Amino acid sequence: MKNGFVKKALAVLTAAVMTAALTACGGAAPAPAAQTSAEAGPAAEAAESAGGAIKIGGSGPLTGGAAVYGQAVKLAAEIAVEEINAKGGLQFELNFQDDAHDPEKAVTSYGVLKDWGMQVSLATVTSAPGAAVSQMYKDDNIFGITPSGSSLAVIYQDPDNAANPYGNVFQMCFTDPNQGVASADYFAGHPDLGSKIAVIYKNDDNYSSGIFAKFKAQAETNGLEIVYEGTFDDSNASDFSVQLTKAQAAEADIVYLPIYYDPASLILTQANQMGYAPTFFGTDGMDGILTLEGFDTSFAEGVYLLTPFSADADDDLTKNFVESYKARKGGEVPNQFAADAYDCVYAIAQACEAAGVTADMSASDICDALVKQFTSMTFAGLTGQSTWAESGEVSKSPKAVVIKDGVYVSAD
Amino acid sequence: MRTENTTGKTAISLFDAAHRGRTASFALVILLYAVLRAMQAGGGLSSLFTSLLVPVTCYIVAAIGLNLNVGVSGELNLGQAGFMSVGAFTAVCVSGRLAATLPVPALRLVIAIILGAAAAALFGFLIGIPVLKLQGDYLAIVTLAFGQIIKSLITNMYLGFDANGFQFSFVENKCKLEPGGKMLLNGPMGATGTERIATFTAGTVLIIAALFIVYNLIYSKSGRAIMAARDNRIAAELTGINISSTKMLSFVVSAGLAGSAGALYGLNYSTLVPNKFDFNTSILILVYVVLGGLGNMTGTIISTIVLVLLPELLRSLQDYRMLIYAVVLIMIMLLTNNEKVKTFFKTVRSRFVKTAAAGGKEAA
Amino acid sequence: MEFLSYLINGLGLGSVYAIIALGYTMVYGIAKMLNFAHGDVIMIGAYVAFFALTGLGLPLIPAVLLAMLVCTAMGVIIERLAYKPLRQASSLAVLITAIGVSYFLQNGAQLLWSSSTKVFPAVISSGFFSLGSLSISYLTLITIAVCILVMAGLTLFVNRTKTGSAMRACSEDKGAATLMGINVNFIISVTFAIGSGLAAIASVLLCSTYPSVFPTLGAMPGIKAFTAAVFGGIGSIPGAFLGGLLLGVIEILAKAYISTQLSDAIVFAVLIVVLLIKPAGLLGRKMSEKV
Repeated sequence: MKNGFVKKALAVLTAAVMTAALTACGGAAPAPAAQTSAEAGPAAEAAESAGGAIKIGGSGPLTGGAAVYGQAVKLAAEIAVEEINAKGGLQFELNFQDDAHDPEKAVTSYGVLKDWGMQVSLATVTSAPGAAVSQMYKDDNIFGITPSGSSLAVIYQDPDNAANPYGNVFQMCFTDPNQGVASADYFAGHPDLGSKIAVIYKNDDNYSSGIFAKFKAQAETNGLEIVYEGTFDDSNASDFSVQLTKAQAAEADIVYLPIYYDPASLILTQANQMGYAPTFFGTDGMDGILTLEGFDTSFAEGVYLLTPFSADADDDLTKNFVESYKARKGGEVPNQFAADAYDCVYAIAQACEAAGVTADMSASDICDALVKQFTSMTFAGLTGQSTWAESGEVSKSPKAVVIKDGVYVSAD
Repeated sequence: MRTENTTGKTAISLFDAAHRGRTASFALVILLYAVLRAMQAGGGLSSLFTSLLVPVTCYIVAAIGLNLNVGVSGELNLGQAGFMSVGAFTAVCVSGRLAATLPVPALRLVIAIILGAAAAALFGFLIGIPVLKLQGDYLAIVTLAFGQIIKSLITNMYLGFDANGFQFSFVENKCKLEPGGKMLLNGPMGATGTERIATFTAGTVLIIAALFIVYNLIYSKSGRAIMAARDNRIAAELTGINISSTKMLSFVVSAGLAGSAGALYGLNYSTLVPNKFDFNTSILILVYVVLGGLGNMTGTIISTIVLVLLPELLRSLQDYRMLIYAVVLIMIMLLTNNEKVKTFFKTVRSRFVKTAAAGGKEAA
Repeated sequence: MEFLSYLINGLGLGSVYAIIALGYTMVYGIAKMLNFAHGDVIMIGAYVAFFALTGLGLPLIPAVLLAMLVCTAMGVIIERLAYKPLRQASSLAVLITAIGVSYFLQNGAQLLWSSSTKVFPAVISSGFFSLGSLSISYLTLITIAVCILVMAGLTLFVNRTKTGSAMRACSEDKGAATLMGINVNFIISVTFAIGSGLAAIASVLLCSTYPSVFPTLGAMPGIKAFTAAVFGGIGSIPGAFLGGLLLGVIEILAKAYISTQLSDAIVFAVLIVVLLIKPAGLLGRKMSEKV
């Protein structure tokens, strides 16, 4: 028997929780997730929030290797909620949980959010956890719109055939296939960029392999020549000398990088070190490369990318957002994830207002009303004009930009 | 990092503890099950705790298996997650394949778990052949290496199923499925769209089965041989014990248990990615085992529950959560290994046992 | 020609692994523990060097020295607070504590410096020279040179100095070393200090080659270097050097000629084969068992 152990563990645990709770209270931590009392059923919770704020839930990686994405989404969503609340009118309350980019934790986070009484959701930040909870959103009929879970598995029950959508889980970002096709079409339409294409993608990442698969298929249709396919994964995400040497040996003049900006920055730096200078072409994940702390932007000169958001855009909406984000995050410039999250909250607000949603409605009623709104409305935000299909897929056209003198310039 | 060659004296007391712990662990599992079920029926169990029920049972089963390895036979295994992975993906494929033909989820679950456990046990056997030739830290490293290799291989497997049957490809996805077909394994993306058929009851049954198997093994002739080999390999060899076969037995059983745990785990989520079963997961399970006490199954069950719950209970700390978790982990290790604390709890424990024994006599 | 370029890149990567592996192997040799937090000390070193170079605007050498200073202090403090109380405990308890320390450093770094990637400035010459069709970056050559220097220095230190002899004595037999008047606790602290200082050098080389600084930066190189240490025979200094270089070369060649997807599996498979043939690693000593 281990009575000793249990007591010890409990004593240590309690002590730690108490000290930590005290320190957390001293900090500027936003409203912590309240543990609902065990007696209150879901129905009672919904009633409690009557006349108050609409509860928006969401989860994403706040710790671990993918934390940067979750942190960006969380902060941007907080900014959006504060702005909307400051205007008066509809009020929102945000509860953003950590899922550590793990489907298991995403399901637990979903439980936490449901206990809290979540009425609308930002679903998950990343794809694999998203695919794990979409069915739960469906079962409980809670409306979810993911800022950045771009895989088909997030919105379709049968992603292999893109069939059987959940119907109440929407996306703010492009789906992966959409970008792959758009890239292949862009190359076909711009033969001056080059004719021999090398691809380097992250094969253990839904986003990257998803885009690549569609890109490859569309490239075949368009008669493009892919001369080299290189991959990397989490455990090999720093050394790209082999992939670049091979691409160079295959005489590739375009290197397609359907990956996020942090590994892309390494590829650009290493290519520069070995004196290899093809045209690099990225997808929306490449956005953020110019504002990476310490990155020599001259390496990114001439890089093309597809992005709906640019932090240097000079419209008021973008300017305001970038300013508040920087102010809150020690000068860090928001990336694609942040912009999508900000748009998600505003899109929810727009739909709620149009549908006359109030805080005392049940999550299920809100869900029905929002699905109706989203499939019929047009939303204009940081990432352009968006409309949604009944499957939950967003329709906005990815735009190609090229980096010139450290800023995006339209490439069309 | 060799698991301590416990002296003969502690080995005997460990054996006694297991003897007492045997009844206690079964009782604990059944009691917890009854209480949680009652709470669930009364609507008193929050969604958070409901969502933790199945994964906790999975981790407990995997940890019991690992404890057989680390605690009972004294082989440090750093690749337990690899066996879970084999079990999980086998089960997910089996269940996905049978979904259309076998509409009874419970039956599918049982078949999937058995096949998952069998596949992992087979892997355990194959890996055990080279691994068990090594000793101490080198053995540990090789299990780590196999864990990484399994992860890497599964990350590159593509298995599709459509009207024409199975299609398999490696490294590059060459499966061309008819409309209506399903990718059972999709390389790094793993399995998606899995029907969630795992239940808490199945998990509890699995824990009981695991305890049953492990205790029976410990008390059998092979079990005594395993422990003899752990405590003094050379002496055991000299008394005619076949070291490699006893070690292999415990290694295979441990792998099988991890496989069954993985199977249940895989069928509890609609998405399963190979990256889930990485080195960190192996370490996590090892932490449950070490904290629960080597060879102590009841302790393993309790420590798994506490350590799975801990990060969830710390959620209100927001960003500080994992930092505090780390501090708690270090503090627990320091406190449980502090001589003063140890003596203190030993006296408390012996008093408790005495009073319990006295109480038992009175009751009789 | 391509082969040569892969080989040189492999040696560059292997040199970084080797320096990290030296830290693992020394700590193992003396304290008989696997310090899984070693990779995270590298991460701390990378952040300190990053802020020294960009924030304080220090030149390279002072920045490296500062990083070494911080890492050394960190290594000693970690040893004192977390590992020393466990000197008598089972090695598994120490292992778990090391993992706790690793979590602590990673999450602490995330809270302090945010999870966003920072790009390490190109302080070591980023140029390359060409030999026919072969282009070799100066950085790779510098990395290899530093690794050889460190290795030579360490060997001299261990074999020629008094403290070095004391370290060897501790690694042979702590009890006997104590009887000879050696302060074992002090020697263990010195070992952690040296290992952590080397981690700082490794972090600057690592981040110059792969200029991304983020909180989980040390995890993967840590595991790989640990593998390298075992490969060469854990506890052996030349073994760590050889293991690191071989691991780097195998990794790059496997990527180049077999498959980028399977390179990890291949590295670990080679490790298993080596251990089956030489159960104590390439240069490790086979301990005879006492009956």
